[in-house]
Formats: sequence, structure tokens, C-alpha cells
Amino acid sequence: MVRFVLSRVGQTLAVLFTVSVIIFALMRMIPGDPVLMRLGDDFTQAAYERLRTQLGFDRSIATQYLIWIRDVLSGDLGDSFLNHERVAKLVLDAFIPTLILVVASVIVGILIAVPSGIIAAMRKDSAWDYGSMGFAIFVYSMPAFWKGIVLIWIFSVYLGWFPAMGYVHPWTDLSQGLWRLVLPAVTLGTFFSGLVARIIRSSLLEVLDQDYVKAARARGVRQAALVYKHALANAMIPVVTVIGLQFGALLGGAVLTETVFAIPGMGRLSVNAILNRDYSVVQGAILVGVFAVVVVNLLVDLTYAFLNPRIRVA
Amino acid sequence: MANFFEPVGGPGGGAAAGAPPQIVLEVKGLTVEFSSEDGPLRAVDEVSFHIRRGEIVGLVGESGAGKSLTSEAIMGLIRRPPGRIAGEVWFGGRDLLSLDEPELARIRGKDIAMIFQNPSASLNPVFRVGDQMLEAMALHLPEPKATLRERVVENLVRVGISSPRARARDYPHQFSGGMAQRVMIGMGVSCVPSLLIADEPTTALDVTIQAQVLALIRRLARELGVAVLLVSHDLGIISQMCHRVLVMYAGRVVEEASVATIFRAPAHPYTRGLIECLPRLDGNGRLGAIAGMMPGLRALPSGCRFHPRCPIAEPRCGEETPALRPLATGRAVACHLAGVS
Amino acid sequence: MAQPLGAGGRSFDAEGLSVSPPIAAPADARGPRVGVRRLWRRFARNPGAVFGLAVFLGIVAMAVLAPVLAPYDPIAQGVGKPLEGPTVAHWAGTDSFGRDIMSRIIYGARVALVVGLVAVLLAMVIGVTLGLISGYYGGIVDVVIMRVMDGLFAFPIIILAIAMMAVMGFGVRNVIIAVAVGFIAPFARVTRGDVLAVKEEPYIEAARLASVGSLAIIFRHVLPNVLAPIIVQGALRVSGAIITESGLSFLGLGPPPPTPAWGRMIAEGQTFVVMAPHVATIPGIALMLAIVALNLLGDGLRDTLDPRMRR
Repeated sequence: MVRFVLSRVGQTLAVLFTVSVIIFALMRMIPGDPVLMRLGDDFTQAAYERLRTQLGFDRSIATQYLIWIRDVLSGDLGDSFLNHERVAKLVLDAFIPTLILVVASVIVGILIAVPSGIIAAMRKDSAWDYGSMGFAIFVYSMPAFWKGIVLIWIFSVYLGWFPAMGYVHPWTDLSQGLWRLVLPAVTLGTFFSGLVARIIRSSLLEVLDQDYVKAARARGVRQAALVYKHALANAMIPVVTVIGLQFGALLGGAVLTETVFAIPGMGRLSVNAILNRDYSVVQGAILVGVFAVVVVNLLVDLTYAFLNPRIRVA
Repeated sequence: MANFFEPVGGPGGGAAAGAPPQIVLEVKGLTVEFSSEDGPLRAVDEVSFHIRRGEIVGLVGESGAGKSLTSEAIMGLIRRPPGRIAGEVWFGGRDLLSLDEPELARIRGKDIAMIFQNPSASLNPVFRVGDQMLEAMALHLPEPKATLRERVVENLVRVGISSPRARARDYPHQFSGGMAQRVMIGMGVSCVPSLLIADEPTTALDVTIQAQVLALIRRLARELGVAVLLVSHDLGIISQMCHRVLVMYAGRVVEEASVATIFRAPAHPYTRGLIECLPRLDGNGRLGAIAGMMPGLRALPSGCRFHPRCPIAEPRCGEETPALRPLATGRAVACHLAGVS
Repeated sequence: MAQPLGAGGRSFDAEGLSVSPPIAAPADARGPRVGVRRLWRRFARNPGAVFGLAVFLGIVAMAVLAPVLAPYDPIAQGVGKPLEGPTVAHWAGTDSFGRDIMSRIIYGARVALVVGLVAVLLAMVIGVTLGLISGYYGGIVDVVIMRVMDGLFAFPIIILAIAMMAVMGFGVRNVIIAVAVGFIAPFARVTRGDVLAVKEEPYIEAARLASVGSLAIIFRHVLPNVLAPIIVQGALRVSGAIITESGLSFLGLGPPPPTPAWGRMIAEGQTFVVMAPHVATIPGIALMLAIVALNLLGDGLRDTLDPRMRR
């Protein structure tokens, strides 16, 4: 187990390094002179030279990268071109609503997927099976942003049950916060559940075929305990991993969903930053976003190692 | 291994002197069919036999002969659709095939126990071994969990697992095949069943462990009167362990006799072929073989299923299916030509 | 990133797509042993897959024949009253500029298909090559390539695409490149995994002993045997590419107006969802149909080409 943890942590550090290099490289490839862009209208030759040295552009690329990394690790992501606010603050403020949206979506998704996947497996090849799996494919194939708009149309415009846009922190106002989360969480969550339901079903079917289930039945274990205790305990392990690995896709989906529902999260921050050519913000937002995905992936792997006795107790 | 459990009432075997021990299991006309694109496939065809207290009956045959399916059908482990089961399986005064799942669950693990071929795969990999044994016992025994935990440790000792308390907290992947099979046996007999079905219990184990496991099973039969149905393709094991033997071919029983008779004077050509295939120290150095292969379920021959491979087949054999008819007491054969000469 | 193991040793990749080692029967450059006709028959037994194929071909036809099929010029404004719902004259209604939505949907298929197919093809070529090299040669080359792939793989596709478009600017060509880069890593990984498995097969050993050059071995012997899962991945990724493209168009990063792109049409329609919901919803139906069809097609291909898959 220890060996596994160490190797995974090592791998994660390697990935984080590669990711940072990729982001750094991308940002350096943006056409145009970054010093000029920063100066904007305050251009004078002297200021230009000064800023250039100050920002380290007279050093080698490798040194620039190291300086950047040093800054990032100490929490300095630079300043926004537009309004000179700290990028770190902007990104953090935007990250929280995104995180809340993702968590809410995962909850919604699990609530839908788990019962439907289990029932589909238990009643294999029945109408329920085909129906729920068909529904899963259907829902999984709907682009998130379109689904959001359709949901707005039905539940907001037509029925008037939920607000179409806007976001409130749940800790500021719990009922408002949750109410406004419903449609966006359902939008993202149903996409997520489509995938997870199918996986639960196939994982459970595979486990139910195993010898130990047959042997347990031969010992007199009742049907309910066979499924919900013996089978599920094994079947859910790979499912938990897949759910965790979906964090990346959910983050991507959140970007679009936020735009539809006007949630002030990472998505809106990044897109606006690109459209406004505010590259510091883009760089900072993407860095934080991808780092989050990588860290979550690591946590997922560690959770898997913990859940699987073969690794936990070597 | 010391004294196993306390024998249940009376000396081992528990029968009055002179009278044959009572019949524990009676199978009548057991038939198992599966539907397929090519029509119904009969994997087990009209199998009948009985087992008495303390008896070890062997069910022998090649892979695919239907032996495992027979034992699984007895336990009710075959899914009814797609499978169809006909016949009667009498145990404890009831026909097991007529019982529903909850009733069967009460009997399984308590009155009938079953152990399988691959012991490591028979244990749930995410639960501790001790907990699984505890679960099995708690299902059938009324004692409180704390008492049962002690019993689990005792069981492990009795099947020869050292450091039982520590081992009970281990996971299945930390057990070798042999130890796992002993755990399975320990679990199976923890409630002192009347019948133990052992489906190829030693096939996955190496020879020394095999001997220990078989010795364990023999003790159960001798000291506790447990009736045993031993399914195997290994004639060597059959000869060591069993009192009586049933030979299966392509889903049917083709011969039934005591183990001595089967090896000394087999009546059915297939049985004779099987025995001739065994390497002998006093033979002429060449291994026998039976030409051809056992037919698949989709291409069953007409009449006697063995006739295409049979060295003494006559035209009648391809037309009429021979019934299992008694030759002498405790002997039966399904062949038109047996016992004639 | 570790691949999680299912109970029976099957592994799922990050998108829950079940991946497994290639079919056992060795194939060579002359073609796989399993006959194409037999494959087709197996494929045809799956109604969803056939439906998917039919719809996909229909969309391709729609894109190719767009000038013939479209009733109006897709960028001509004022051909109808603005924001009118579906009528006989305009099957999908009109948008805020009075443009016929149906024609825009038909032409929009071009963008979707071009991006989807070209991006995936590009990603496949690059990714498979990288995977072949990485898997076959192993060693430091393998480590380096796979670390870079891990890095790329960590990016959610939309985010990577957004980052690249920040650098490259918007427009169809850059969308294709951005999406392609995002999909290189999965192809490389899948290929490498299968190459590692195939590398141990006796016929590869035999070829090596017969002094067949490495490149020849890779392309003539290894590649045909890992092709099946790659094709399946490809089919499944096309739908992902189209979703990504539509997402980028939705955000305004795709082909610039007035070129019709389904994603942007939906974005434009969101403003009018109260009075004219059709502007946003109908293009989405086309998009969804395309994606469902491609997903079914991909699933069907997987079931056909990999006998170990159960539904």
C-alpha cells in the first residue's frame, strides 16, 4: 500500500510538472508582446524597459519558467491585465461556485444513477433494463448547454418553478442558493448519471456471475444480502473510481453550464478573459482548474487502493 | 487433527447394527434443460440415484458430462429461466425442486453444504475471511455473534489453519488454495449438515494438499455420518474415497456400482474405456484411449449416446436408448449388451 | 493515472469506456482473419447500431448535399419574418435576423462533421503513431511520451481547447487543431496498451527472428492487430469531438458569424427562449440526434469488433 501511494504521488507530481510546462508554453506562444500588452496605454520606452526587466523577460526561458513556478507556489498568480486585481483572488472567488455546482451535480447524478443501474442489472433484458439504459444514452448524448436551455424553457419560462439564472452562495442564503442550483445541477447531473448508470449495471452484472456469489448463495445467504452486500461491495469499487475520474469532464461541462445559467464560476471567468485577451487570468484559471483535476484523480486512486483489499493489505 | 465435533447422538454412523443407514438424498429423474437458438438442450437427462448416511458416492465423468450441473440443480443454484428443471429431489422429507428461494436458503449451508472447484474464487475478496464464516454461521445458528466468533476460531483450528485468530482477520487473497478450500469446508460443515456436495474439490490443489482435504472429507463421513456426493473426473480420487460410483456420459448415468466392482469388472463399455485409460504399472506400457470426443449438447447421437465411440456397438444401439437397468444388487447399467455374455 | 480494475479484470478508462485487449486471432497486413462480411452481419444484428449508422450517413449526405437540400441561403437575412415558429415555408422557423433555421441547420452539419471527422482523424494518426512507438520501443522513449500524454490527458477537453484558442485565435481551423490535440492522448494510451499486449505474441517474435525491420514489424504486423479497438475509439470520439465543437461555438469561440454552427445557433437562441424557444431548441435536436447516432454507432462497432464485450 505504501509503495502504491508513493508511486502514485510521484506520478502525480510528474503530471503536474508536465501540465505546468504545457500551460507555460501555451501562454508564451500567444502572439504579441506581453510587456506591451501589460503596459497598454501607459507606454513609454523607459517604462517598457523597466517592466521588461521587472517581469523577467530578459532572462532565459527556463529561468522564466522557474520564476513563474516559484510565484505560483507562493500563491502569486499575477495580476489581471484588465483591472489589475490579483489573479489568485479572482480565480479563487470563481472556483467556489464551480465547485459547488460540480458537487451538487455529482449528488444528483448518483441519486439517479445508482438505483437505475442496480435495477437495470437485476432485471436484465427486461423493459426496465432497455428503457433505463436507453434513457441513459439519450441523456448522456444531450449537449449540456442545450439541455440547460431546454430545462430553462420548460421549468423556468413555461412552468415558472425555478429561476433561469443567477447564483447565490448556499451559506449566504440556503434556500435561495439551493433553489437556484436545481436546474444547473440537474443539467450536469443527468449527463453524469447517464454514464454512471451504465457502468454500475455492467459492473454489477459481472460481479453477479462470479464464483463467490454462487458460493455465498450455496451457504444460504439470502437474495437481498447477496446483491446489496456481497455483490455491490465488489461492484461499486470500480464505479467509485470512474465517478472520481469524471471530475475532469464535469469541470468541462460546468464551464458550459455556467454560461447558460450565468453562474460566476471558472467557466465565465475563463471565457471572458479570453475574449478580453486577459491572459494572466486565463493562465491562472486553467492552471488551478487542471491542478484540481489532477489532485482529484490522485485522491481517487488512493481511495481505490483503500477500498480494494488486495492493494490495501498486500 | 483432533476430535472434530461431538458426534450427534450414538456411535459414528448412528445406525442400528445390521440395518442399512437411512437414505439422506433421493434423486428421481432429474432433468435439466436450457433453451437455445437450436432448440432445448438437455444437459442432464433423467438422472436418478440415492445417498445414505455416512456414504460417499462419486459422480464421475468427463468435463461437460453434466456432473456439476447435477449437483447445482440439487442445490437449486441453476437460474430457472433460462434453465428448466424436471424431476424430484427428496431431502429431509421434502422435494427440493418444489421449494421457493427463501426455503431453500434456510436449507443451504445448514442441512446441505457445497464446496466448489476453485476455493480462492469462492470467497468474497472484499470481506475478511472470519467475517464471511461468521455470516454463514449467523444465518443458521441461534447463538449470539460473540459466541459465534469463538466458534469461527475453533472451526479454523479444526480444519488445520494455524494462528486462527489472526487468519480470521485476513482477506481471501492472503490464503493459498489449499487453506482456502479448508476454510470452505470449515464453513460448510460448521452447522453439521446431513449432506455435503463436493464439486471437484481438489482439482485446483496440488497433490499433498489434495490428500489432506480428502482425508478431511472422509472423516466427516465416517465420524459424523455426513453423506457426501463427490463429483470428480479423477478416477484415482474416486477409487480412494467413494463407496459407490455413478458414471455419467453426455448427461445420463450409464453405470452405477460399488467402487470395487467398477474397477474390477466394469460393465459399460465407456466405463471400461475410462479404466483402461488409466496408466498401469503392470501394463504393456501403452496408454489406452477412447476414440472420438464426447458429443456436444447440440449434436447428441440417437439411441445410446456412446454408440458412435463404442467398440462393441450394434445397430440397435443407435436406434433404442438403453435404460438404466439393474444387473445385481446395487448395480445398474445402461447398455443393451451388458451382462448378456 | 492508474486504470481501475473491475471485478473481473476489465478496466475502464476515464470516460467509463470499457477497454480490453485485442482479439486473439492474429491478423497481418493482408487483412484480419475475421471476414468483413461476417463482421457486417454481426453488426447488423444490433438495431441501435444500424440506426446510428443510418443517421450518420444521413447527416453526411445532408452536409455534402447542403446546397441542393437547403431551401434558402443560410446567411441571407430577412427571407422570412424574424423569430417566427415552424411553418410550412420555414420548417424550423426563423431566427432573430429572419434567416431560415432549417437551412442553417443543414449547413451547420458541415462544420460539425468536418470538425468531428478531421479532428478525430488527425488525433488518431498522431496518437496512434505515438502509441505504437511508445509501446513497441519502450524504455525512455516510452516514459517521456507517456508522461507528456498524462499531462495532456489531465486537461478536460474544453479547457484545453479554450487554452489553445486563447493562443491561436478562433475559427474552424483552430477548433479542429484544438480538439485534435485534446484527443491525441486517449488514442496514444489505448494504442500503447494494446501494443504492449500484442508485442508478446509469438508471431511478432517470429518476425523479429526473421530479421524483419522494426518499422516493418510495427506497421505490417502490430498495427493491423490493434486496429479494431482504435477504430472503436475513433467512432466514439467523433461524437465527443462534435460535442466539444458545439460547446466551443456556443461560447463564441468557433467559426465566426454568419457561418452557421449548431452551437452558436443555440447560444443565439437562448436570448429569445421566452418568446421564440424554437430558435434554441430545434438546432439542439439536430445536434443531439447526431450525437446519439454516433454513440450508438460506436457502441455497435465495439460490440461487433470485440467479442468479449457483453451488453
